[in-house]
Amino acid sequence: MPSNFSDRGLKKSIDWKLVITYLLLILIGWVNIYASIHSEGPASIFDYEFRSGKQFVWILTSLGLAALILFAIPSQFWESASLPLYLGVLALLIGVIFLGVEVKGSRSWFEFGPVRFQPAEVSKITTSILLATVMSQSGFKITRFRDLMMVAGTILLPMAVILGESETGSALVYIGFIFVMYREGFSGWWIVAIGMAILLFILTLTASPYVSLMVLIGFLIVCNALNHEHLGAMAGINAGVFLLMAFLPMIMGKLVSEGSFLEKVKPIYVLLGVCALAVPLFIYKAFRNRNRFASISALSLIAGIALVFSTDFIFNNILQDHQRKRIEVLLGMKEDPSGVGYNVNQSMIAIGSGGLKGKGFLGGTQTTFGFVPEQSTDFIFCTVGEEWGFIGCLVVISLYVFLILRLISDAEQCREAFTRIYGYCVAACVFMHLFINVGMTIGLMPVIGIPLPMLSYGGSSLWAFTILIFIFIALYRQEKKYY
Amino acid sequence: MSTEDRSKKLIIGLLVVAAIILGKLFYIQIIEDKYKINASNNSMVYDIIYPTRGVIYDRNGKIIVGNKVAYDILVTPREVTPFDTLMLANVLEISPDFIREKMAEYSRNRRRIGYQSMVMLKQIKPESYMKFAEVQYNFPGFKGQVRSIRDYPVNAGGNLLGYVSEVDQNYIQKHPEDYRPGDYAGKTGIEAAREPDLRGEKGYHIYLRNSKNQIQQRFKDGELDKEAVPGHDIMTTIDADLQQYGQELMKNKVGSLVAIEPKTGEILSLISSPGIDVDVLADIGQHYDEISKDPHKPMFNRAVQAPYPPGSVFKLVNGLIGLQEGTLTTSNAYPCYQGYYYSSNHKLGCHNHRSPLVLEEAIMMSCNGFFCYVLKNILENKKYENIGEALDKWNEYVQSFGFGHKLGSDFPAELGGTLPTSKLYNKRYGKNRWKFPTIVSISIGQGEVGVTPLQIANLCATVANRGWYKIPHIIKASEGVEIDPKYYERQYTMVDTTNFKKVIHGMWRAVNSGYGSGGTASVAAVEGLDICGKTGTAQNPRGADNSVFICFAPENDPKIAVAAYVENGGFGATWAAPIASLLIEKYLNGEISEPRKDLEKKMMEGNLMNRVKAYK
Repeated sequence: MPSNFSDRGLKKSIDWKLVITYLLLILIGWVNIYASIHSEGPASIFDYEFRSGKQFVWILTSLGLAALILFAIPSQFWESASLPLYLGVLALLIGVIFLGVEVKGSRSWFEFGPVRFQPAEVSKITTSILLATVMSQSGFKITRFRDLMMVAGTILLPMAVILGESETGSALVYIGFIFVMYREGFSGWWIVAIGMAILLFILTLTASPYVSLMVLIGFLIVCNALNHEHLGAMAGINAGVFLLMAFLPMIMGKLVSEGSFLEKVKPIYVLLGVCALAVPLFIYKAFRNRNRFASISALSLIAGIALVFSTDFIFNNILQDHQRKRIEVLLGMKEDPSGVGYNVNQSMIAIGSGGLKGKGFLGGTQTTFGFVPEQSTDFIFCTVGEEWGFIGCLVVISLYVFLILRLISDAEQCREAFTRIYGYCVAACVFMHLFINVGMTIGLMPVIGIPLPMLSYGGSSLWAFTILIFIFIALYRQEKKYY
Repeated sequence: MSTEDRSKKLIIGLLVVAAIILGKLFYIQIIEDKYKINASNNSMVYDIIYPTRGVIYDRNGKIIVGNKVAYDILVTPREVTPFDTLMLANVLEISPDFIREKMAEYSRNRRRIGYQSMVMLKQIKPESYMKFAEVQYNFPGFKGQVRSIRDYPVNAGGNLLGYVSEVDQNYIQKHPEDYRPGDYAGKTGIEAAREPDLRGEKGYHIYLRNSKNQIQQRFKDGELDKEAVPGHDIMTTIDADLQQYGQELMKNKVGSLVAIEPKTGEILSLISSPGIDVDVLADIGQHYDEISKDPHKPMFNRAVQAPYPPGSVFKLVNGLIGLQEGTLTTSNAYPCYQGYYYSSNHKLGCHNHRSPLVLEEAIMMSCNGFFCYVLKNILENKKYENIGEALDKWNEYVQSFGFGHKLGSDFPAELGGTLPTSKLYNKRYGKNRWKFPTIVSISIGQGEVGVTPLQIANLCATVANRGWYKIPHIIKASEGVEIDPKYYERQYTMVDTTNFKKVIHGMWRAVNSGYGSGGTASVAAVEGLDICGKTGTAQNPRGADNSVFICFAPENDPKIAVAAYVENGGFGATWAAPIASLLIEKYLNGEISEPRKDLEKKMMEGNLMNRVKAYK
């Protein structure tokens, strides 16, 4: 019978593991939101006057949205409407700068009566869809310059506008799309390069330009040595010079007497001198041998030096005051437990005080009594950590890891490139949110306001992740149906 | 590189990141103890117990500043049920709108307030609190909290006593060890002078708080609690009755009245008028605006801060220096042609009296001309190379009387006044471009001489002691309270005792020669007290002359030295001399004699406020 057939088809074709993980996370979020506000005295978890009750409404509407996406909207719609959706949301993103209301220093919310809505949350979805559309075109090759520019434009356009709204956190999420690009053939060296740039930036601020340059040079020498089939004399010379340079500051400190003119010659000048001699030689040799790797590494050295010497400028002139303070606190350059460091300090106290098993449901003293700010939104993970302990954190993190792994494995099974790429986009978004948010609450990342997917209080965020995930489930279901 | 390879690498990356997060969680939740210790701090409640502040006594053991009980009304908004606003307003004697506004404010901030109690009303009287306590059961969530506040049984004047108020951020930064927000500290006057003694030590009770911010139990049964240590009581040198009497005399006048016990340097009374009424002192925060807007600046303690021209009382100093330098003898007589011609057509005027005069008579009649000769001879002394050197020597003499620098009293915010030096005049007129006539006005205590009433009183004490003073001070040593040994040391002037005796007789004659004799201060004479005094009439660019008088008594065993300074009061004999002599009479005799009652009434009722120009 047809109805029986479709029933079985429904059960089989939906990835229930994804759905259940999603539901579990939402439930955990709801319970913890209640725990974080229960000291304000709600009659029950459903009390609509309070955030837990409101979240219940958001959850119900999210489930409605999920059903809508699964059963009412044909899954082909997304690919065909990707460009208008993208442009529409982009228009909203720009519009909100002029028409939105200001919340905590950034103008990124629309307000309709009691409901507030943040287009940046939706933009993740439309960007993912358009990205999937662009990258799944037949003949698309990410290594081709034109295609790469298309992809870069798709990602950077909304990212730039969001940065303009001072929603640094939401903008950072877009960096996650680089993993999608990597999966689709983009060179992994770019990820390494970005990672290296961040490392150099931090090293220059916390240690010194000298240390940071030495790390870069050492890294390049090792890469080049690995790139060659056999280690030649060149590698030996490199290693020797590197060692000499490493001990240079110490040697100079010992030999140069105080007050002599040599004192003005700082080790960093010597190092730069050596680089200035070595780089042209290196490029010349690379050019003669047609060694593309060597010439690129020479170029990256120059880029690295430029970065190291502009770090101070970037840090002091380009970053905004509050961002600079947050980085300083994160890197331990300044202790500030009552100022900027307050949030992180309180949040780590709350999580740390949970211990192995936690203080039990509603038993937290830190999260419930306003020690932790934004306790039901950005810092919801503190409630988890305090009341459910390390075990609770392990469960939550594992659920997220499972969700991401499941998204990746489902995506890998897809024959439609669009579905696969979209699946990776979803995984990347969830990953970036998880990493930035949890990293912030435990002091691995600077304080960046960004919700924890499915757990944090808030309609915009919950809806956005529901739509993001359920579009994938719908697309994936379609795959199962047809193939 | 195959795509599957890339997928695997991404998965490995994900797992590495997850492992880093879990590793850090493991570290802060299980290995590191730091956060657990911090967390217990956060959930322990330190209930601070404020010590009672030390009591301030006068020299006779009378309380001038005590403590009394007041009540704060606290609200725990979370526990409040709907209540009869009108009834509560009626009981607490406030407007219903005030309560409504407060409740609306708490409701707006309910997330921040949580289970905390808020102070709705501060320092209500015990009577009002009793009324409230009777009906308190109608108002769950409202309660009263006892607080100890300052009480002033004697109207000793706000500038002398000083006030106590909540410390601000600035104050905390200056004393980071001792104060926290919400603490109180003495800010001016005696309260500030002995703040470390008066404040005592805070104590605390530690309670544990559950996740609903409800207090659950004493932490370790109160083992770690600390009880508050009450502040030290302070004994002052002030005579409360004299201070209060002085306040009454100076009412509706602008100026200052200072009395010192010459032998000890103890300040018997220190009045600055207009002052801050003690009624507003306990709750000065409420009245701060109105006080600071008062055009007569009641917060300005004229007794120790106003650099006034001393006027003719300064002639004593010049006379003494002349005697010491040998440029003046008791038999030198100088003429006075109703003044002193310092150039052919410029005269420093004087009043009508017989001429010529010797020193004693010149003091008695306060002759301007005489003292112009005195200073002229000091400054044109051949001993010195030039007038600059002579002036600096003169400056040194004057400094030894306690002028031109802070006396070093224990009263806070004391200022040092001004004295001219050759450097000042060289700068103003050019080197060798000034002569005695240029600076003639300092002969009679005008011009560049600026002194505080405390310094004038100290001059009087110095003369009474025949050549030395003890640094005026306001705190007496008592059990547990020590004072700086410098207050016990005699500070000698550069003038010999014998020279003082010559001057003192002139001061005696100024008061006790009777009307018609030419003595300027006959009004100050009190039978049997042997008051010695010197009038002064100092020019005031802001209107009528200032009335100045110093006096001490009795002549041969001085027990009190007084300086009175009344702004825009006219002649020294008009206001300052009667006021100072009444103060002495009250102190030495305990009451005012019948013939002088009219004078007392006139002084107390006199109102000079309309003469005084308000500061802008």
